[in-house]
Amino acid sequence: MGDQAQLLPGTLDLLILKAVSLGPLHGYGVLLRIGQISGSALLIEQGALYPALFRLVRQGLLKASWGISDNNRRAKFYELTTPGRKRLREEQDGWNRLAAAMTSALAARPEEV
Amino acid sequence: MNPLGYFRSAVLRLFRRAEISEDVDAELRSHLEHRADDLERGGMDRAEAERLARIEFGARERYKEESYEALGGNFVQTAVQDVRFSGRVLRKSPGFAIAAVVTLALAIGANSVVFAVLNGLFLRPLNVSHSQDLYSLQRGNDPYIVQSYPDYVDLRDRNRSFDGLAAYTILQAGFDTGKNPSHVWLYGVSGNYFDVLGVQPYLGRFVHASDEHGLNSAPYIVLSYSYWHSHFQDDAGVVGRQVRLNKHPFTILGVAPPEFRGTLLFFSPDFFIPMVNQQQLAGWTDLNARGNRWVFEVLGHLKPGVTRTEAAADLSSIGAYLQKAYPKDDDQASFILVRPGLHGNFFAPAMRAFLTGLMLLAGLILLAACANLGSLFAARAADRSREVALRLALGSSRTRILRQLFTEAVLISLAGGAAGLWGGVIVLHWLSGWKPFPEFPMNIPVNPDATVYVVALLLALISGLLFGAVPVRQVLRTNPYEVVKAGSTARMGRGIAVRDVLLVVQIAICAVLVTSSMVAVRGLARSMHTNLGIEPQNAMLVDTDLEMAGYKGDEVPAMQKRMIDAMATIPGVSAVGLVDIPPLHMGWAVSNVFSEKATDFRPSNAVAQVISYRVSPEYFKAAGTVLLTGRNFSWNDDRHVPNVAVVNREFASKVLGSATDAVGKHYKMPDGTRVEVVGIVEDGKYTANIAEDPQPAMFLSILQIPASDTWMVIRTNLDMGRDSQQVASAIRSRLRGLDAGLPSFIQTWDEEMNGALFGSRMATASLGVLGVMGAMLSITGIFGMAAYSVSRRLKELGIRVALGAQRREVLAAALGRAFKLLAFGSAAGLVLGLLATKVLAFIVYEASPRDPLVLCGVVLAMALLGLVATWIPAQRALQVNPLALLREE
Repeated sequence: MGDQAQLLPGTLDLLILKAVSLGPLHGYGVLLRIGQISGSALLIEQGALYPALFRLVRQGLLKASWGISDNNRRAKFYELTTPGRKRLREEQDGWNRLAAAMTSALAARPEEV
Repeated sequence: MNPLGYFRSAVLRLFRRAEISEDVDAELRSHLEHRADDLERGGMDRAEAERLARIEFGARERYKEESYEALGGNFVQTAVQDVRFSGRVLRKSPGFAIAAVVTLALAIGANSVVFAVLNGLFLRPLNVSHSQDLYSLQRGNDPYIVQSYPDYVDLRDRNRSFDGLAAYTILQAGFDTGKNPSHVWLYGVSGNYFDVLGVQPYLGRFVHASDEHGLNSAPYIVLSYSYWHSHFQDDAGVVGRQVRLNKHPFTILGVAPPEFRGTLLFFSPDFFIPMVNQQQLAGWTDLNARGNRWVFEVLGHLKPGVTRTEAAADLSSIGAYLQKAYPKDDDQASFILVRPGLHGNFFAPAMRAFLTGLMLLAGLILLAACANLGSLFAARAADRSREVALRLALGSSRTRILRQLFTEAVLISLAGGAAGLWGGVIVLHWLSGWKPFPEFPMNIPVNPDATVYVVALLLALISGLLFGAVPVRQVLRTNPYEVVKAGSTARMGRGIAVRDVLLVVQIAICAVLVTSSMVAVRGLARSMHTNLGIEPQNAMLVDTDLEMAGYKGDEVPAMQKRMIDAMATIPGVSAVGLVDIPPLHMGWAVSNVFSEKATDFRPSNAVAQVISYRVSPEYFKAAGTVLLTGRNFSWNDDRHVPNVAVVNREFASKVLGSATDAVGKHYKMPDGTRVEVVGIVEDGKYTANIAEDPQPAMFLSILQIPASDTWMVIRTNLDMGRDSQQVASAIRSRLRGLDAGLPSFIQTWDEEMNGALFGSRMATASLGVLGVMGAMLSITGIFGMAAYSVSRRLKELGIRVALGAQRREVLAAALGRAFKLLAFGSAAGLVLGLLATKVLAFIVYEASPRDPLVLCGVVLAMALLGLVATWIPAQRALQVNPLALLREE
């Protein structure tokens, strides 16, 4: 079964953490924020967001509370916890290293070998 | 995340399931509304916006479920769902469910019964405190654990390894509470018996070592709970009451607790009396004769920190002392420690070997049942491959499907286990209450306990997982697109191969069982026709103990003669003889014999240990024992003439060197008495084991060595099957005419023989039951396989018929494989079965596996099984109508 989460495992969690780190958000808001910060380049199936959110809550990286959204509707808002902030930093560093390594690897030319 | 927190959240989740479900629902709903708001803002109308939001969201139920899992630990909810779903699925195919449950119930039932017997006899310790360090003594290299009283006292007082050593014997007596005496069985116990075992009285007090002051000094009785309950109606006033045992006054001291039933597992006494007083009940009790070993068992708790080997060494050093001090009586006195409760190593090893063998066979039955159910499950999974494929295609995970299949298997196994255990418990209760020997208070204490329940539950679960695992690979390999595209007839070749292996294994197991039960049945049949040296048919036995009615000294032989004469007047009686213990009885007497020139009567100097009988002149005629040469005893062979003996042929050749001219030769008894052999009789079977090797036996004249506890053998020319009641009442009335106060036990000799045949009968019955179960399992297994393969290949068979195939060819195509498997499995099973029956030879007389009749029988039985099992599928294959079939497709 094709599944976006399987394409790049872990990236969704990182994206959620990053999105929430910019300010408390409800689920749909997380989705919009990711679209916004990625320039709508990353497409996420909407439903897939929630298992990931709950997983992060269970790991203690996010905390959730019910509130009222801009649309004047009840919604559950997520914000980063201290461990969540720490994790985001680590993951971000890891990602940057990986991206740099990949970029340099893919930019290699025959004469450099 | 810390495990405690996880556990707490899991538990909370379990109890707040509805709340959480509500919460997740609300959140998802909120998401959809927000999305719809956005879409609406883009110019869509509300209904359309909501529809689109739902579509964009994706598989809502799936995400909801994944959310649950992400929240952690909804294992229980899923399990509950699985159980519900499995219940629905099984209800839809009740035939399958019932067949599976019944199969398992039989197998689990058989296993729990066999295990409970093993548990009751060997695994469960005696019901006393600290039973793990309770041991009884056995002389090294001697299967008997009896000791003499002086030896017991020395062992008790000199050892440094035990917290006291207790002893007991088994006695019978006439118990008199004022009315006619009744026959009771009791233990004669050492004064410290209850204190050493650590048993506390239920009522009154127990006997203590301080109560004993020498011979006949402690006329006290401790009642067993069950005797008190049944004969004194729980009357607490019995304590202190005076009663009479064999006419001697005794005082009831107390009542033992209900859970204490003596220290011999299968023999619970009616009550206990001090050993020092048992001479009043049994004349043979001699507290001073060191060579006379009548103390049935000596046992005690090891001191803390003392190991078994240390204790054995300690006892053996006492043995060395005894050997030096009393060379005549205590030869080779080394000791080992054995488990109490089963009379040492006398018959325990053979019984344990047999029960272990039986347990193995029962395990095989269970394995066969699992194989059977495994192939049923595999076939079912193949038939359900479409369903599985659909579920996979709709987004179900493979783990979830497997989990659900396993739930189905475990559900069936638990139902089967419960049903089997229920049946097993009924059988066990019946078995526990059963008294195989009417004259003894013997039973088999096999009531199930917690261990049995736990083992049955574990077996059920394990078998559920075993047969549930069979279709796993099949599910893992299912490719949903292929199956949905091609329909359910997509190839499942590998699955069938696994089932074939299972079927062969199962048939082999069945063949093992059929072989062993046939060997046992043959052995039993032969043991019925073996020469016993007696003719039990049409003879009655009357057991009396004149001591119970107060006869002493010369009164005993005089009364015995009167009894014999009285019996001889019964119409139809042709001969009446007396014997102290009849051959093949539960007990027997052994004695060492010495050569004529012997002067040193140490046991190691003995020529042989022989079985010894005391008989009256007419005994051989009454018992049907053939006199080969010499003469019979006469009424003149009494104490006024030198001692004479009639010996069997084995005795003559082993002790006297020749079977032909032994008459007139002499040998000596352990007390130095010179005995002349006056006659030779045929060999027979003597101990309670019909499978025994030829044993030397001697018959002494009861007039020269009297015995008060005897059995009258009454030979009649009537048919005992018809007239036994009549003869018994004639015997009873004549005995009453002689002495109304003499307890007696009357039965036909055939009934009495049940004891000797008990072992082989039980063995045959249990193997027979297992054999039948194995056969049933094979039939269903082969039937299932054949029916399945016919139904799968119906189309092919139809085409064959259409193209002109003959009946034989159709059958070969449809069932050839089943028969090949059957032949292969049977051959393997036969070989294994023949190897396994070596164990049987311990119990079943002449259980020889190399018996052409057995071989033919097994082959025939297996062929018959195959025929029965494949009959219906074969009919179906033959009735294939190609036209109808081709039209349907």
